[in-house]
Amino acid sequence: METSFTKTSLSNGMLVFLKEIHSAPIISSWVWYRVGSRNENPGITGISHWVEHMQFKGTPQYPASVLDKAISRDGGYWNAFTYLDWTTYFETMPAEKIDLALRLEADRMVNSEFDPQEVESERTVIISERQGNENEPLFRLGEELQATAFRVHSYHHEIIGDMVDLQSMQRDDLYRHYRSLYIPNNAVLAVAGDFETQEMLYRIRGLFEPIPAGANTENHIRPEPAQAGERRITLEGPGETTYLEFAHHAPSASEADFLPLTVLDSLLTGPSNLNMFGSGLSNKTSRLYRALVEGELAVSVHGGLQATIDPYLYSITIIVRPDRQPEEVLTAVEEEIRRLQDSPPPADELARAVKQARALFAYGSESITNQSFWMGFSEMFASYDWFTSYLDNLAKVTPEEVQRAAQTYLRPQNRVVGVYLPVGNGEVS
Amino acid sequence: MIRHSPQLHQSLPGADDITRVQLNNGIVVLARSNFNSLSVTISGFLQVGGLSDPEDKLGLADFTASCLMRGTRRRNFQQIYDALESAGASLGINGGTHTTGFGGKSLAEDLDLLLTLLSEILLEPTFPSEYVERLRTQLLTGLAIRAQDTGDMASLTFDQLVYANHPYRHPEDGYPETITAISGDDLVDFHRRNYGPAGMVVVVVGAVDAPRAVERVEAYLGSWIIPEQPSSPSLPPVTPLQETVLRKTTIAGKSQSDIIMGAAGPARNSPDYFAAALGNSVLGQFGLGGRIGDAVREKAGLAYYAHSSLAGGFGPGPWSASAGVDPRNVDRAIDLIRQEIARFTTEKVLVDELSDSQANFIGRLPLSLESNEGVAGALLNLERFNLGLDFYRHYPDLVQAVTVDEVLQTAQRYLHVDRLGVAVAGP
Repeated sequence: METSFTKTSLSNGMLVFLKEIHSAPIISSWVWYRVGSRNENPGITGISHWVEHMQFKGTPQYPASVLDKAISRDGGYWNAFTYLDWTTYFETMPAEKIDLALRLEADRMVNSEFDPQEVESERTVIISERQGNENEPLFRLGEELQATAFRVHSYHHEIIGDMVDLQSMQRDDLYRHYRSLYIPNNAVLAVAGDFETQEMLYRIRGLFEPIPAGANTENHIRPEPAQAGERRITLEGPGETTYLEFAHHAPSASEADFLPLTVLDSLLTGPSNLNMFGSGLSNKTSRLYRALVEGELAVSVHGGLQATIDPYLYSITIIVRPDRQPEEVLTAVEEEIRRLQDSPPPADELARAVKQARALFAYGSESITNQSFWMGFSEMFASYDWFTSYLDNLAKVTPEEVQRAAQTYLRPQNRVVGVYLPVGNGEVS
Repeated sequence: MIRHSPQLHQSLPGADDITRVQLNNGIVVLARSNFNSLSVTISGFLQVGGLSDPEDKLGLADFTASCLMRGTRRRNFQQIYDALESAGASLGINGGTHTTGFGGKSLAEDLDLLLTLLSEILLEPTFPSEYVERLRTQLLTGLAIRAQDTGDMASLTFDQLVYANHPYRHPEDGYPETITAISGDDLVDFHRRNYGPAGMVVVVVGAVDAPRAVERVEAYLGSWIIPEQPSSPSLPPVTPLQETVLRKTTIAGKSQSDIIMGAAGPARNSPDYFAAALGNSVLGQFGLGGRIGDAVREKAGLAYYAHSSLAGGFGPGPWSASAGVDPRNVDRAIDLIRQEIARFTTEKVLVDELSDSQANFIGRLPLSLESNEGVAGALLNLERFNLGLDFYRHYPDLVQAVTVDEVLQTAQRYLHVDRLGVAVAGP
């Protein structure tokens, strides 16, 4: 993988990462803003995601219809994502066309219109998006788990927001959120691909440096107090299938315990694929797959650890076999966790987890889009150094650290257990 | 203003950098080196699929494919996956309607591991009964989840409407009663009768010399001979609908309804394909869902997703529009989509609309070839549809050659606003 890159700050505080990769005539550009559902209070939940939608509705220079066609006509693909801590916009284009993406991003950093009619039209689109999510049992279960795990911290709601807020938020709420957080000193621009660095930097300065820095709004984030006992929730809904999910409070990405927990996740449920694009690996030799699926208690098991600014959740999601009860599965999961708490895992199991992570990194580095993604993404919760030293640091994790992570984070007192129970026999007619 | 390497044309795969060899047993191997990566990707298919399923055992081809990695004469299930996962590699095999596809990825030094496992699962599967039953439970649970998925159920219903007397009406994964009816012997028998090297294609792309890749495939699969391998079943013609037929599937407790409406479209090899694909882009793809996205999502604000798609596979796959809407807005969304299909089949698309989509098709091609998987998929399509090794080099000319008249004539051959299948699934 190409390792050299350029990191610099513009005079308005915007951070810029550039990485030349000349393997294909492609450039991928990503603008990241440090704003996500973490920055939302009750009443405006879902506002960051809605602002992201409005960023596709046009500026005086690039009206909605022009914007979209301009990128597509050049064969580019573009999209945007809103997450807990961040919102990002990317374009991957034929190299000679990237200027359009840079102009567009500089423009919509300040000039989006938020036309009231467009806001109303998008309200129903987003409500429809939420309704689509609500059709999925695992969305509904996840939403309940998050709300139960976070009583105080703003990680307590889903990124799409609560329905009541989607119905009541107004254009001025959205515009205020946009103007206060879409400022260059709250943004990171990452560009990777087939360009010459000095030339690219000159162009970026020309487009982005005239945008004045904004007042850095102080985010009042309320830390979640330690959980003092296991919390359990039951959710009922249509279908024939029982889902079980464990959510354990986990360390933030920059804490020392994050990597031991990453290895622990790999041992328990298989390696998580941190790349934005591309498929991961199977998990059929993981401890929980063997215990639950091979043990004929569950149909599938998956784990998920997120890299976040503040402590979030490590989740284990299980589809229960129709002939089994969730309590039986819970007992088996606890037994596997206890094994890890009682004795450190063998060193060769750790070595395997590291090899799997190396392979996933190698696969991810094949895509220019993914390489560009990582420069900005890692800055959102830690720094690009976090990414470049990730594999070396992962290899340093000891069996004892993994054991301690199991003892610390996988205690029942630190988790929420959620069950989705099917009712009504899933009437289909 | 930003300099770039002027090698767009050279970066596209062509006869000068694809190695294509047919082995003595019929397997076609395609290989292309990419030493910018550290990995290798394999991809391919066998000429066996759900078309060979008996009516009372639908899903047999898919069930058989899923069993192959559950045990072979040399390794049990855990040994197969231990070998793969210890190397950070992956391998999977899935039954489709016409073919059974496989795909794998590993670091370059583990290509032999992928190929030896592929060879074992294809030639020496043991169908251990313990795993067959475990898999059956997993498949049945998958079908129970499918029955609750509004998108899946709309799709299933759509196929039943549009392909009423055609094999495409059947889902590849069968139904609960047909999966329950399949015995362990059925699986062994299906594999023995239908699997073989004739018509099989293997693609290798990545950090390996192409001739060496061919030589390794031959080493592992070259001696596989099945003298009485049957040829693929032929496909009957689709009987077009004579009027618009709407069918709704009610799934209690859901928040959103999914809509799929359309008809049978051209096969990938049909001379109509390019005009249909470009027309479909105008109708429901370009930008955020073409004209349909503009009408249903952007203007009316009815749906998070609204677009059209053209399957264009071996046979007359669907040409359809889809949207997910509030249950109260189903009729309005269907009406808006009908209006767009009516306009699309009575008026020529604008020259500008067509040229936008043509530019998009040409511009996005190198982007789709960014990864080894992308290139492997592209090479597989060359062989699957007999397109010729220089197809991607000629692709811009083929795209540019389509006219607005051809788009209209093609649309009129396949889509009729008063003869659509309309499937809705929701509360």
